[in-house]
Amino acid sequence: MTSLWDNPSQAETVGYSFHPSTSGSIREHSFYPYTDNGGSTLGIAGSDFTILAGDTRSVAGYNINSRYVPKVFKIGGDEETSEGANIILSVVGFAADGRALKERLDTIVKMYKYQHGKPMSVKACAQRLATILYQKRFFPYYVHAILAGLDEEGKGALYSYDPVGSYERVQCQAAGSAASLIMPFLDNQVDFKNQYIPGSGEGLALKPKKQEPLPRETVEQLVRDAFTSAVERHIEVGDGLQMLIVSKSGIEEVYTPLKKD
Amino acid sequence: MDKLVAQYTRPPHQNEFYSEQEQRALTETLPPLTLKFDLPPLDNSPAFLRAMTDDHSNPDCPIKLAHGTTTLAFRFQGGIIVATDSRASAGDWIASQTVKKVIPVSRLSRGEDKPTDAPTPGLLATLAGGAATEIRHKRRITVAAASKILANLTYAYKGMGLSMGTMLAGMTPQEGPALYYIDSDGTRLPGNLFCVGSGQTFAYGVLDAEYRYDLSLEDALQLGRRSILAATHRDAFSGGHINLYHVKEEGWVHHGFQDMNPIFWQTKLEKGEFSNVTSEL
Repeated sequence: MTSLWDNPSQAETVGYSFHPSTSGSIREHSFYPYTDNGGSTLGIAGSDFTILAGDTRSVAGYNINSRYVPKVFKIGGDEETSEGANIILSVVGFAADGRALKERLDTIVKMYKYQHGKPMSVKACAQRLATILYQKRFFPYYVHAILAGLDEEGKGALYSYDPVGSYERVQCQAAGSAASLIMPFLDNQVDFKNQYIPGSGEGLALKPKKQEPLPRETVEQLVRDAFTSAVERHIEVGDGLQMLIVSKSGIEEVYTPLKKD
Repeated sequence: MDKLVAQYTRPPHQNEFYSEQEQRALTETLPPLTLKFDLPPLDNSPAFLRAMTDDHSNPDCPIKLAHGTTTLAFRFQGGIIVATDSRASAGDWIASQTVKKVIPVSRLSRGEDKPTDAPTPGLLATLAGGAATEIRHKRRITVAAASKILANLTYAYKGMGLSMGTMLAGMTPQEGPALYYIDSDGTRLPGNLFCVGSGQTFAYGVLDAEYRYDLSLEDALQLGRRSILAATHRDAFSGGHINLYHVKEEGWVHHGFQDMNPIFWQTKLEKGEFSNVTSEL
């Protein structure tokens, strides 16, 4: 990254006004407003609930700066108690951008409620989040967001975003530094990818196992397993697991300790 | 009684609250959907964006956006076939295998965004333009006009770092089947046949060899499917599912979102193609 700007012959360099180049070795500082605070998040939608989880470690480089910085937030609830919230958002990447994004969405969802006298649907909130992210297409939020709630039919709804707002409704999604460790596990255990019905034939005749929503206990255990495994193999994941579960009875929060090394 | 109460009850403070404009001023720096974007505090924001997000010129860039794809569309006697894969990659990570790259712009025409990051706002503007035209002129916007709105928009943002290749397909009484290619450089081209994205060359190879204007619908769909299959086979950034659409005068018809793997093995074992792949160990 830096090497890109260390080369003064680079035709297009970032304009930087408060460090005029002096004689001697020409060195231009770059505008680098992002830090990767590490960690991972994960969401799974069920038939009548959605779980969003994230570890609570915060890192900068190889330093662990905190063991409890939540990545999962309730959106649109009361300021202190979060009462009345029915949407949750997880952000992983640059924590400051994540915070800013959460505050912005939270305000918008609240304003919507005050103005229209009804809570914002997850579908509407999902589209609004995409526009917020795209507004910063040329100066992106360094975040991978996942939004969760219940749809109009009461089914679990989960939306996954790229940093500039390209989004998709999904059944399960992992984001952050350990996404590449967790996502293949989820593909197999939630979407039943590459699982076939035993004895249903050979070769092309093999019938794939049909994807179906999993019960809540199974999903909670899958989330815990995903994170305990990620902690074993990724340095930026650990300390604690924060799980938020949306169902028609509201939002439940569960905290499970993870290894602290 | 409850009904009466409900009917006359309004959310508290509804009328004494901030006006919509005041709210906007409070909630955000810019009103939504204006296509006015936040920019970094620099003279050269495209260079900043490139350094942060362009994993092609800088594989270590911090922000990896979802990219990649193969899409194609071609005109034929019965309308227009649109086919795409469904993979999105962020660097060498497969971000999704279930992307819907075909975006119905209206019931009758369709816009289609490919190797894009966040495609919708551009098309949304086209759609808004289309709706305005519909109201103003009391008839549906032509594909030519819609594509020009989109091209003007991308041209306005030329050099800012947008990344999109789009084919706009539709059928109107004035134009018949119409197909336009629009990209983020501001290019706008009418044509019979286009393949766009990282796997475009592989798709062109199959499509050019077998394409005729008087193809039957069945053959046209098969050709679209086979061209995308070729791209998923040879282009690492393409894969997942094959998404097929047929656009005709009465509107569009979806012809499936199918996993490429069974289609591949069917093509190989039943038709004897792909003999480069062995099925025995």
